[in-house]
Amino acid sequence: MAFYSSASFFIALALAIVPAAVLGLTGRRIKPYAMAASVVMLAFLYAGSARTLGAFLLFLAVSTAGYRLTLRSWTQGGRSLVLYRACLAATVAPLVVYKVSAAAGPGVLGFIGISYLTFRSVQVLIEIRDGLITELALPDFLYFLIFFPTITSGPIDRSRRFLADANGPLDRRAYTDLLTRGILLILAGAVMQLVIATIISSFSEVAPDAGLPNVGSLALPHGVRGIVRAYLYGAYLFFDFAGCSLMAMGASYCFGIRTPRNFRAPFIAVDIKDFWNRWHITLSTWLRDFVFMRFVRAATRRRLFKDRLMTACAGYLANMALMGAWHGLTASYLAYGVYHGILLAGTEVYQKRSAFHKRHCRQRWYLVLSWFITLNLVILGFALFSGQARTIIINLMKGAIDG
Amino acid sequence: MDREELEEQVLDMLEEICDDEAVREERDIDLFDAGLLDSMAAIEVLVAIEERFGVDIAPTAVERYEMNTVNKIIRQIEIRL
Repeated sequence: MAFYSSASFFIALALAIVPAAVLGLTGRRIKPYAMAASVVMLAFLYAGSARTLGAFLLFLAVSTAGYRLTLRSWTQGGRSLVLYRACLAATVAPLVVYKVSAAAGPGVLGFIGISYLTFRSVQVLIEIRDGLITELALPDFLYFLIFFPTITSGPIDRSRRFLADANGPLDRRAYTDLLTRGILLILAGAVMQLVIATIISSFSEVAPDAGLPNVGSLALPHGVRGIVRAYLYGAYLFFDFAGCSLMAMGASYCFGIRTPRNFRAPFIAVDIKDFWNRWHITLSTWLRDFVFMRFVRAATRRRLFKDRLMTACAGYLANMALMGAWHGLTASYLAYGVYHGILLAGTEVYQKRSAFHKRHCRQRWYLVLSWFITLNLVILGFALFSGQARTIIINLMKGAIDG
Repeated sequence: MDREELEEQVLDMLEEICDDEAVREERDIDLFDAGLLDSMAAIEVLVAIEERFGVDIAPTAVERYEMNTVNKIIRQIEIRL
């Protein structure tokens, strides 16, 4: 059963929300029911294949053992960094094995949602080490991991925030408001993903399609057609992914969990840094908090680079290269990550060093120009991401040569 | 270390990181809004606090709004000393 796309999922989701709504509207606790509902939904998700189910259960076992051992070491003295690092490595291992094996052939140890579960488990481990999580009951940890609305494609919640919602009081009035907003978000997300993204996707086709107008029927020169398709692809990615995130957020609300939002009008961003504060927000903030900041902190302590600017640039590159690798170990994804790393580093240098930027950065014409450049850099990034870039460049060159 | 000494040391530290004496003037303005701090400088603040005061503040321990003015930064160090 495919989450957020198959009819059977939406029927199951609607049925699962009814008891949650009854509990919430009568002022009762939703958590025990929501845990059971998550188990049933995950059974639908994984039960089709014994291998997937096995990989999922193995991941659960490893990450549970990792968090228990680390928490015990931190609360009862010891505070063994060796143990912490071993647990961290073991938790990340299935994802790494899966990504590496998937790049070489059929993936091993993979299951739908492995990335998102890994992000959540790693956050718990790091925050135990930081002393921010001092108690975490096993059912709470498991509930945070397996909460079904966000398991397949995020948004990536944080355990302390999630559990404050799950265990905190939620009166009838607050829940009524949450439920209403949740249902609206599900509907809005469904329109974005299932209607708008689908229309854009079919419009960007080039092959004739039973009388439906599409890019192919517009009789555009080859190079221009490639560019139009690149823009359409950007729009498609946004509506598809933001729609899915919105539905996940809405479904979470119905179970009393205020999952954070993932997108905030990304195409009005005025620079690349601004873009990453608006696109896949929970991923970029996760990477900022647990990769970028740690990297910069370690580099600053050891004085690895000559100044703050160099440290920031190295941090951005490392951060985004990792983001690209996480999407998949293919040339396209890696190029996408490095591309954004370079853009972020370049933006940082430009904004810090350029007197021109400092003089004009608050003026309207400058913002409009900056927005336009950013938008096009973003679209080019998506083209790299999809592997389209090569085709577009070849077509443009062909167009230039043919006149 | 008494309160005055702590304040003085925090101001020295922020002046060095922000490279601007303006931090001394107004202790309740939002340093991010005023353009005195950005997310990179904020990480340097955490590292500097650790080096100067031996106080370890993890990156996700405090939200930005809890550490965005001189007085709030002093407070965050104070409660951990």
